[in-house]
Amino acid sequence: MAISTLLVANRGEIAVRILRSARSAGLRTVLAVSEADQDSMAAGLADAVAVVGPAPAQKSYLNAEALVDAAREHGCDAVHPGYGFLSENAAFARRVQEAGLTWVGPSPEVIDLMGHKTRALEAAIAAGVPVLAGSNGPLEGDDDAVLALAREVGYPLVIKASAGGGGRGIRLVRAEEDLLRTVDTARSEAGASFGDTTVYLERFVERARHVEVQVLGDGETFLHLGDRDCSLQRRSQKIVEEAPAPDLPDAVRERMRDSAVDLARLCRYTGVGTVEYLYDPVRHEAAFIEMNTRLQVEHPVTEFVTGVDLVAEQLRIASTGRTQLRQEDITFTGHSVECRINAEDPERNFLPSPGTISRLDWPEGEHYRVDSGVRAGDTVAPYYDSLLAKLIVHAEDRGTAVQRMGAALAATHIEGVRTTVPLLQRLVLDPVFAAVEHHTTWIETELLGGPPSGGSTP
Amino acid sequence: MAEIQSPLPGVFYRRPSPDKDPFVQDGDRVEAGQVIGLIEVMKQFSEVQTESAGTLEGFRIDDGDMVHPGDVIAVVAES
Repeated sequence: MAISTLLVANRGEIAVRILRSARSAGLRTVLAVSEADQDSMAAGLADAVAVVGPAPAQKSYLNAEALVDAAREHGCDAVHPGYGFLSENAAFARRVQEAGLTWVGPSPEVIDLMGHKTRALEAAIAAGVPVLAGSNGPLEGDDDAVLALAREVGYPLVIKASAGGGGRGIRLVRAEEDLLRTVDTARSEAGASFGDTTVYLERFVERARHVEVQVLGDGETFLHLGDRDCSLQRRSQKIVEEAPAPDLPDAVRERMRDSAVDLARLCRYTGVGTVEYLYDPVRHEAAFIEMNTRLQVEHPVTEFVTGVDLVAEQLRIASTGRTQLRQEDITFTGHSVECRINAEDPERNFLPSPGTISRLDWPEGEHYRVDSGVRAGDTVAPYYDSLLAKLIVHAEDRGTAVQRMGAALAATHIEGVRTTVPLLQRLVLDPVFAAVEHHTTWIETELLGGPPSGGSTP
Repeated sequence: MAEIQSPLPGVFYRRPSPDKDPFVQDGDRVEAGQVIGLIEVMKQFSEVQTESAGTLEGFRIDDGDMVHPGDVIAVVAES
């Protein structure tokens, strides 16, 4: 259904990002805000603002009824959820559709399928996506069967909660004597945390890289927009991302891209999504982790190397039901790197740093892009996550892009709140990153030293 | 009397999670280092501990309310 007025149900940099593309597409925009965000940068960009509740997210950005009511009251005909909050909440997507509004995203059925890790894994296997050796679905059977399967897979291995995600609900098992006890604990924790005791078992990959494929579909046409590497992480939270993923064997890259498109086709995907893989640099193998059924934080690096505006594509698919893109039209140029700038103090164990931004200088130039949710003088509230902005650079090759990012960070000055800029400078200048020898736990285990946080979480 | 002050800005919680009992009740005996609440700031949770042993006389901040650094969260009658 053609969209004329869009409700943006999010805040910060992604709300700003969506509002800009929506405006370029000629749409009227309404921004849902909490009481704390009425004077935000995003609020200033929207045609209208709807206050949906008090500052805490539970009462505003996570309040599905208030969001749907705001959409109706302001004459909206579509809802864009951004990322986080209710973006992968199938019940909210359903609620939006039942209210006669267009949901900018895949169907609630696809959100449900991919939110359920063992069902997603089964779908991935059916689509021919490579997976890790393991239970290939829910871990079932008696103790002897579990022990036998684990022996076949080999140690170390991981037990994962089917309803988990984003690094939560994962337990590492290094020796057989710990297996059955860990499975029990994992089931109990999964029940308590996610209301679902289903767990599965997989081979554990040491020093893995996180690589992913951006896909796009309209239910009939399915294509990919290349791959990204997001291996620089802290506590399973991505910090630096780049496109394309460096140092992947051609055969691995092609299989990842092709199988991601096959998975999108299998579930008749509509909109943009990301198929995430774990890459084992020792075996030169990529294996399925999960599919994210939303726009991702790191989407700008894909936009820089493809020239495609992913938000505009989301809006076009939601509005017309069709994409005009074809795989043969997608070309890849150069290399792009993104750094996430968080209001956290790396010197004090990443303690969040809310406060008032007294100074904010960004680098300028055609190779830079800043996706920011804040301006100088803004107060960073303690209620929401700490992402302030993203700095993205583009260059003809990876080495130049990394060098350019170093210069961009040096030209970035933020005062009034502590930020991760000094850590980012250290990361992008590190020879390990330059040599692509980093992995998903490198920051915690090697760069910052000490054992990985959480003990049992890989 | 000893005051337990907030070290951080954020949202104060008296319970480890919404469906659990409060860490402590008014009138309870508390020991030095005991956790009496949590402060959520930007989706990270930090424990609030009492430095003094004694009887928890009362909370000065309601569950789910905003706190600022230096705000008095609770008062302990030392013993």
